[in-house]
Amino acid sequence: MRFAKIDWALAGVLAAMAIGVTACGSSSSTSSSSVPTSIGSGEGQLNLVAWEGYAQPEWVKPFEASTGCQVHAKYAGSSDEMVTLMRQGGGSTYDMVSASGDASLRLISGGNVAAMNVALVPEWKNFIPQLQSPSHNTVNGVHYGISLQWGPNVLLYNSSKVKPAPTSWESIYNPKYKGAVTVPANPIQIADAALYLSKTQPSLGITDPYELTESQLNAAVALLKQQRPLVKKYWTAAADEVELFKNGDAVIGAAWPLQTNNLQAAKVAVNELIPTQGATGWADTWMLSAHAKHPNCAYKWVNWVSTPKVQAEQAISFGETPANTKACPFMEQIKQGSCVKYHANAPSAYFESIKFWKTPVKDCGNGKTDCTDYSVWQKKWTEITA
Amino acid sequence: MNAAARTHASAALYRRPWLRAALLLSAPSGWFVLIYLGALFLLFLSALWSVDAFSGKVVHSWTLANFETLIKVPAYRTIALRTIGIAAAVTVTDILLAVPFAFFAARIAPKRLQAALFVAVLIPLWSSYLVRVFAWRLILAKDGILNWFLGNIGLGSLNIGYSNWAMWIVFSYIWLPFMILPVWAAIERVPDSFLEASADLGAHGWRSFRLVLLPLILPGIVAGSIFTFSLTLGDFITPTLVGGAGSTFIGNVVYQEVGISNNVPFAAAFATVPLVVMGIYLLIARRLGAFEAL
Repeated sequence: MRFAKIDWALAGVLAAMAIGVTACGSSSSTSSSSVPTSIGSGEGQLNLVAWEGYAQPEWVKPFEASTGCQVHAKYAGSSDEMVTLMRQGGGSTYDMVSASGDASLRLISGGNVAAMNVALVPEWKNFIPQLQSPSHNTVNGVHYGISLQWGPNVLLYNSSKVKPAPTSWESIYNPKYKGAVTVPANPIQIADAALYLSKTQPSLGITDPYELTESQLNAAVALLKQQRPLVKKYWTAAADEVELFKNGDAVIGAAWPLQTNNLQAAKVAVNELIPTQGATGWADTWMLSAHAKHPNCAYKWVNWVSTPKVQAEQAISFGETPANTKACPFMEQIKQGSCVKYHANAPSAYFESIKFWKTPVKDCGNGKTDCTDYSVWQKKWTEITA
Repeated sequence: MNAAARTHASAALYRRPWLRAALLLSAPSGWFVLIYLGALFLLFLSALWSVDAFSGKVVHSWTLANFETLIKVPAYRTIALRTIGIAAAVTVTDILLAVPFAFFAARIAPKRLQAALFVAVLIPLWSSYLVRVFAWRLILAKDGILNWFLGNIGLGSLNIGYSNWAMWIVFSYIWLPFMILPVWAAIERVPDSFLEASADLGAHGWRSFRLVLLPLILPGIVAGSIFTFSLTLGDFITPTLVGGAGSTFIGNVVYQEVGISNNVPFAAAFATVPLVVMGIYLLIARRLGAFEAL
């Protein structure tokens, strides 16, 4: 069976990682042996796999002008797609990927990405401590990429049609909005349902929305199957959701802050919020392909996007929080109040409150291995949406 | 090559017509076998492989696991039946629209109008498929033109944007010219005297149509249905753009398996389903004489 094979493969990954932990425990300095120690001259080109809105002309054009590296960005709609794109053509088609936490470990354990030398990225020292060596991109002290930005998945609603303003994720499961709900076409959406259930049905005992036993997963799947008749469309690209809200086909849904920004710029009456149950979210990393053809341009790129000014530009453009703590004043320069709005100076408690995307694995983190892994999630998601 | 050898070669070719034919056809048939049949063969072959989830690489050992999943997981059955069902609905709709139109255009309309109608049928094919689908997306959207129009004439509003209804309408529109043209040609070929004789013998209107015209144009209708049915069966763009929750087609699964899950063997396995369906359809069509009307 296809799925049984995936189970074994993931178990293999975990075993390999466990061995790696014990083997490399004493010698964490081996990391610098295979990484470059200086950045050479650019190769004239850089091919990126990125989230929509991560390669805006606003900061790509000046980068191209100053380095001579022509940027070609391919937008991907999900972490699964990113992993696939980075594996295509032997892994040399794309140089870098803006991987979220649920893709980064898959890329590392698949050997698709290379270790990076953080010493070549001076701004790295100014990152918030949680994003300097986070477990989703740093394994045994080896850095597989440079953190970028982070943020929550929000509840987006049409403020002229949804009254009173929603406060809970309950709204996207409420028959009141039948045929006007939109959620991402992405198996990781199961975690959103699990997060909601963890607060509304404590008896299920969900502590981490990415670590679900079979019965917990079934509860989340049942909720999503109940939601399915309410859903107008499962969106695959941010632009799709924007159009659904523009034309009145959807009035409420799960979104990224990018959509809110685009809709408000188009004068559509929408608002976003983090509901009372909290939110899932992403912490993205620029990762370098193990077979990158343009590594110097790649290092130049991570340096460029780590600078406080570009960090500020991207944060405001997408509606997320920069990793670089020095970005705040630049954000204020671009837009008054944006530093507070996008939590660039928020205490670490805010960071801890977001349940960041990660790949579900069998290991529940409590010594038990009865959790459902991602291949099971994908299978269930097909069942829900088919 | 000197003149004598040339004469000799041409004489040899003249004496052997089969050799002439073989030389003439070797390039196109070689292309056909290599590119066309070769690709189909590879499709079937890779459907029997699997993917290693850890590395994402194809494992070249034989397994029927992909077909097993297709049969065992109810979701894939739902998707296959939905695809075939909508393709059939679109075909029937296009027949119902095309036959009266083609009859009017071929037998009733004056010559000048005939030319205008012919151009009108072809004009949509001049613009991009995508443009036409996006146009329908705007027409059928909740705050779109259709509901604006219905609201203005006091009929309330329809909520059919992003649904299987929307797909049915858009597919029927997009493939209609491919049904009209063969039916038109078939109706044109029926001699006037047949219908006159039928009328003289007392069969009027509907009876003449049913007993005389319909059997004669049936091959044309079946030929058109091959286009509408197969084109709908293989599409994935219209479901993506105008479909809603629960509008997944076989093509969408194939696209996702290749582009998102990196599972080419499973995509190949699912892609054999429309091939088999079309194979059966073509066999039936041949029995109905459709290939004489193409």
